[in-house]
Amino acid sequence: MTRIEFMQGNAASAEGALAAGCRFFGGYPITPSTEVAELMARKMPKLGGVFVQMEDEIASIAAVIGAAWTGKKAMTATSGPGFSLMLENIGFAIMTETPLVIVNVQRGGPSTGQPTMSAQGDMLQCRFGSHGDMAILALAPDSVQEMYDLTVKAFNLAERFRCPAFLMADEIIGHMRERIDVPDRVEVVDRKPFVPGRLPFEADDDRVPGFPTFGQGHHTHVTGLTHDARGYPVTTDPAMHDALVRRLVGKVEDARREIADYRVTNPDAEVVFICYGAPARTVRQLVADRPDDGIGVLRLRLVWPFPEHALAEFPNARAFVVPEQNLGQIAREVERHVRVPVIPVSKLGGELHTPDELARVYEEVRAR
Amino acid sequence: MRRELRLSGFGGQGIMLAAVVLGRAAVMYDHTYAVQTQVYGPEARGGASMAAVVIDDNPILYPKVTDPDLLVIMSQEGFEKYGANARPDALMLLDRGLVHSRPDCAYIEVPATDDARSVLKKVIVANIVMLGALVAATGVVSREAIERAVLDQVPKGTEDLNLRALRQGYVRGEEARR
Repeated sequence: MTRIEFMQGNAASAEGALAAGCRFFGGYPITPSTEVAELMARKMPKLGGVFVQMEDEIASIAAVIGAAWTGKKAMTATSGPGFSLMLENIGFAIMTETPLVIVNVQRGGPSTGQPTMSAQGDMLQCRFGSHGDMAILALAPDSVQEMYDLTVKAFNLAERFRCPAFLMADEIIGHMRERIDVPDRVEVVDRKPFVPGRLPFEADDDRVPGFPTFGQGHHTHVTGLTHDARGYPVTTDPAMHDALVRRLVGKVEDARREIADYRVTNPDAEVVFICYGAPARTVRQLVADRPDDGIGVLRLRLVWPFPEHALAEFPNARAFVVPEQNLGQIAREVERHVRVPVIPVSKLGGELHTPDELARVYEEVRAR
Repeated sequence: MRRELRLSGFGGQGIMLAAVVLGRAAVMYDHTYAVQTQVYGPEARGGASMAAVVIDDNPILYPKVTDPDLLVIMSQEGFEKYGANARPDALMLLDRGLVHSRPDCAYIEVPATDDARSVLKKVIVANIVMLGALVAATGVVSREAIERAVLDQVPKGTEDLNLRALRQGYVRGEEARR
């Protein structure tokens, strides 16, 4: 069963988080993500959870990591400037295998840029922004419904892989209100429990260790330094470091096919749009306006790890067109995997691509 | 059928609330689809504020309003920024006392702020008067839907005032249709 609501995207993300079992929110308000925190502040205490407004984004992500280690499902919400401040501790969360969710409602950057305007400029930052080799999970909603659904999914992926998961939203989807069908219940994944007698960072075949929750007597040592299965620093053993980083990356990247989440339209198409987030709405409009053209679409819901195998679903593709609210960040990723032209359609400044703009690009590419 | 509305006025008039109420009426009570967007800039606190609503019987793909067929304009600055270039076959409802210019498209003069002040004794409900006029003149949502959506969104204790404001707006909208 579902109930129909008329809801804002940011509110839907908060509702999805609560449905997924989130019981800790630590954050610092920033446009255009603030409504996530506002709703959490109202609702979290009534559910027995904790809402803390921290002094800045560095403290926010630190609090979220701490809460996660007490066994809570924990999240924060921010935008570019706050996300930049969080990068160091995002690396710490990756290294310590801390499950958490960060909602990044993207706005125009660099720096404080355009607080109230939409962008998708943090798509590579979330993937590569912290230092060292790493893997993360990143989802991109294109509707209020997906603000809800993909926040739930972000929690489930974070818990399963013990890895930060990012909801890479944008101002347009975060701020708009539209119809949403709120489910009565959602499928919830919980982190694998720690089995006493084993070592705290001893992984199973899936390369994910059971979680030794603080306060349960496991005496776990948690460090950002390269560590052994006990959790103690071992920083000069090349083989140990190699094995640890390959495990942290491999546990996510090797699941690429299994967890891939994308939508394919018109797989026989010669011209294929690749999209995610708000510009996907324009692409879908274009396809609906020209039903006889059979325009191909690959819409990514999970952007990282990138589903490179999905490109093979379009065997006749002569060109991939990638509209983004950045200067071609995912277009660059697509280029790594295909031999046909990849055409970025970059739009900066905060406004959404119009159907007419994409129609013009489509006509031009089709005529080549 | 897809209908695109743009609403503009000055910050504090309740332009955003009017847009949210309209979208809510369509989705929750007329069981259609709606998307509401708005300008989030500093204009929202003074200057020309703007909100937009798309209403459709079918799921809405492109969420933005680019060329509205309905406009609600409640300030002169709002007219200049968001109303002056209305397309020729659009319909504009404008606040008679606050907007001095007139568009090239069809328009309805609604004394929303005057009615709010003199009939309802609360200038703050001018936006609701305007919504009533819009619904009566265009049927973009049903009266039952707008009434229920207004009641969902307004503070407790103001329900009667807001319903009277809506009905005052209906009268103005009906006058315009005659």
